[in-house]
Amino acid sequence: MTKSHITATINGDVREFLCEPGDTLLQSLRDELGLTGTKEGCGSGDCGACSVTVNGRLVCSCLVLAVEVDGAEVGTVEGIGEPDKLHVIQQKFLEHAALQCGICTPGLIVSTKALLEENPSPTEEEARYYLAGNLCRCTGYDKIIKAVMDAAETMRGTA
Amino acid sequence: MSEAQDYKHIGQRTIRPDGYDKVTGRANYAADLALPGMIWAKVLRSPHAHARIVSIDISKVEALPDVMAVATHADIPNQADPGAINILAKEKALYHGHAIAGVAAKTETAAEAALALIEVNYEVLPPIMSIEDAMADGAALIHENLITKGMAEQPTSPSNVSSRMEMNKGDMTAGFAEADVIVEREYRTPTVHQGYIEPHACTVRFDEDGQSMIWCSTQGHFGVRASTAGLLNLEQSKLKVIASEIGGGFGGKTVVYLEPLALILSKKSGRPVKIQMDRDEVFKASGPGSATRIKVKIGAKKDGAITAMEAHLYYESGAFPGAAPLGPGCMTIFTPYDVPNQYVEGFDVVVNKAKVAAYRAPGAPQSEYACEMLINELADELGIDPIDFRLQNAAKEDTQTLYGPKLKAVGLVECLEAAKNSAQYKSALEKNQGRGVAAGFWFNIGGVSSVIINMNEDGTGTILEGSPDIGGSRASMQMMAAEELQMPTDTFTAIIPDTAHIAHSDTTGGSRTTFATGMAVVEAAADIVTQFKERAAAVWNVTPEQVEWKDGIAINTSGDGEMTAAEICAAAGRTGGQITGLGNINARGAGPSFAVHIADIEVDTDTGKSDVIRYTAIQDAGKAIHPGYVEGQYQGGAAQGIGWALNEEYIFNKDGLMENPGFLDYRIPLASDLPMIEAIIVEVPNSFHPFGVRGVGETGIIPPLAACGTAVSQAIGIRMSELPLSPPRVLKAILEA
Amino acid sequence: MATKVIFSSELQKFTGEVQAQVQATNYRGVVAEIVAKYPDLAEDEILKMAVAIDGEIIHDPFLEQIQEGSEVHFLYRISGG
Repeated sequence: MTKSHITATINGDVREFLCEPGDTLLQSLRDELGLTGTKEGCGSGDCGACSVTVNGRLVCSCLVLAVEVDGAEVGTVEGIGEPDKLHVIQQKFLEHAALQCGICTPGLIVSTKALLEENPSPTEEEARYYLAGNLCRCTGYDKIIKAVMDAAETMRGTA
Repeated sequence: MSEAQDYKHIGQRTIRPDGYDKVTGRANYAADLALPGMIWAKVLRSPHAHARIVSIDISKVEALPDVMAVATHADIPNQADPGAINILAKEKALYHGHAIAGVAAKTETAAEAALALIEVNYEVLPPIMSIEDAMADGAALIHENLITKGMAEQPTSPSNVSSRMEMNKGDMTAGFAEADVIVEREYRTPTVHQGYIEPHACTVRFDEDGQSMIWCSTQGHFGVRASTAGLLNLEQSKLKVIASEIGGGFGGKTVVYLEPLALILSKKSGRPVKIQMDRDEVFKASGPGSATRIKVKIGAKKDGAITAMEAHLYYESGAFPGAAPLGPGCMTIFTPYDVPNQYVEGFDVVVNKAKVAAYRAPGAPQSEYACEMLINELADELGIDPIDFRLQNAAKEDTQTLYGPKLKAVGLVECLEAAKNSAQYKSALEKNQGRGVAAGFWFNIGGVSSVIINMNEDGTGTILEGSPDIGGSRASMQMMAAEELQMPTDTFTAIIPDTAHIAHSDTTGGSRTTFATGMAVVEAAADIVTQFKERAAAVWNVTPEQVEWKDGIAINTSGDGEMTAAEICAAAGRTGGQITGLGNINARGAGPSFAVHIADIEVDTDTGKSDVIRYTAIQDAGKAIHPGYVEGQYQGGAAQGIGWALNEEYIFNKDGLMENPGFLDYRIPLASDLPMIEAIIVEVPNSFHPFGVRGVGETGIIPPLAACGTAVSQAIGIRMSELPLSPPRVLKAILEA
Repeated sequence: MATKVIFSSELQKFTGEVQAQVQATNYRGVVAEIVAKYPDLAEDEILKMAVAIDGEIIHDPFLEQIQEGSEVHFLYRISGG
């Protein structure tokens, strides 16, 4: 099978990789590029553990073909926060105990960042509906929503 | 023993040590390891619920250039191991998705494609998919030699009932004769899945001469080692299991599915092998929680005193006899009630479904759902508030349980009082809304835990513990070590080493880790305090008795002098070598944790859809080591139970094939489905634990089933008795009323 | 004074009695005494069970000492999720 050569900007770095026509972006990120922070929970776009951004738009990377990101900008959890400083969203997840097993956390961090870029002042209901595509089986979402609302407030600078 | 005390470190809301890696994506889970030369395996699964395997032909697959190894049941070295037939089916496929063969190939795509070339000749048999079908006269037999155990008279012919059990106390006839009101009803609960977001996966490497290794996500890596070594006839010292970070388990990751097969394929191919289940494989072939049918009968006097309680329980075990959590179901059902006359009878029934696995308080949500629903109905009949009714009959210290001993101090009454005083219980309901209250009891367990604390030269400590951390337990271990040693929490780092670097520890389950492994940490920390005193005494040339350990400092009580942990550790080489604290224990004295939940639900009478509009979860933690993560357990248990009550169920077609093996159609609660969940921590110390800790992980999934069941029933004015209360079922009830 | 062993309804099928007095002062001794007294009780089945000694549930009681006047129950082993 002929592989395709893809060039994409991933977390700000220009990266090149080969993929087969049927490979998903999730497979390429994890198996070719070593970016295993993006998780696979279902492979069918139902759980959100593989959430990334493509050209700023929030997507499930299991539903995007790797060949589709040629020339695109891809954002994953590894691109959030600075090496020596967590992003406010990450910090608030820790402070609010908003994770237990942590498998859904990378996807939720990516989705929350997308939410707050689109809507810096979400209501609790807006946050819940925006994050409805990110399943968490451990927390009951209570502390996740509290962390998101607190992060929003802090990022608005009104805390 | 454990009076309320002031603690310095436990009870704080510290930042968990593994959190940084989890919010940045650095934490490595089961599917995250790749090894040089690694190949991929996939599993061929039965397309039938019940079929005889006439033949399997793998010749075409073996001939493929990319295929490196193929395995069927015959390749399992220890054929006598009872676990072997669920790793790969032998004579029969017993459920839709039962593993038939494994193929390892150079790529995942090639492995997947190769499966289609395995030729399996099946003789399809009629599937047995319900308790009724299994127990019907003339029912087809899943196992031709299954004789029911536990009958008064041993049956002479086989059936699909693998065992019966019975428990009683008091005099049932007299108890029901005393009652003014007797209510009786039958309840049903569906097959459900634990629903962890991380699928089962492993990467393994077989090494003929040295150390074979397994990297996997598990609640118990020593269990993986024991099971896999047993199936492959390996010595345990030749197999190292590394527990990756675990993406949820809830009981479903206490068993092995893939690891033995992966290791067989690695042995055959000479390559490291990785297998990960797809989500539909997770649903079809792992997990499920037992579906049940439960009849309950309760009698009470007009004044509210319950006089007798009786139940008959039928639990599905999947296709594997004895797998149902029937014992705990029978033992827990009536424990919240101090009632002299109780009788429980239970049956374990085989059906053509995947082997039932533990699911959070295994067996208890189903049986207590039935009891709590009927308790609420009886309270209504008597015109008594459901919390007052429970308070009047509540189990407390010295209550004689049905399963054996009398209870020690427990917090049920305190939880009920907190429920009565909660803001939610005092609030008013509106049209189409209903409120349900339910209690929950779970034993919790102790067991074997191994801990080593190595003190480093700079006075910091590394805690090695054998219990995989599924919900933040590393944080609680650090806090308990800090408390015992009176040193700052961040002095300690907690890690879970592989099976070669610490002694056996029992599986993380039964809400045991913070309780039992925490006890082992306290013991190891106490061992270090003793050694600190000895070492400081050696430096000062006094006796250890003359040294006091206070606020993390050794004090010479017979002269001048203080030494910090860092100073003692730096001098350790001169005073006898490095300092290691040991805590290898078999913890006993697990204390039950009772819970009481309140659910307010609004039903859309046009669609039958139920929305939880307010929820409060109250539970006795004994002592909350990390309150944030204790609340998280209550909230997470509540959410899981709400899913069980309102939406989750396996749907099978007439051929016994699962029709909804994905998160779109097996709907677990989403963020938009739930309100905030008010968590109230009650603390009645467990008298057997140094800090008074009770396990908190499991009880929280028990009350939501009846709390939601009662709330929906009240909202629509119809007593619902079968879960889930999904929109079609509720709408049908409304339309037929 | 002796130790009181209380049998569950399942075990009563084999003992015919609700409780028994034993003289043993450790777990293994208690098992030996009741197995001798009730021939229908299978020792290997009993040894698989957990016990509760004065309300404290102990899953692996092999080394337990038992105080005089204690109450001992044999229980199904409980596992968890």
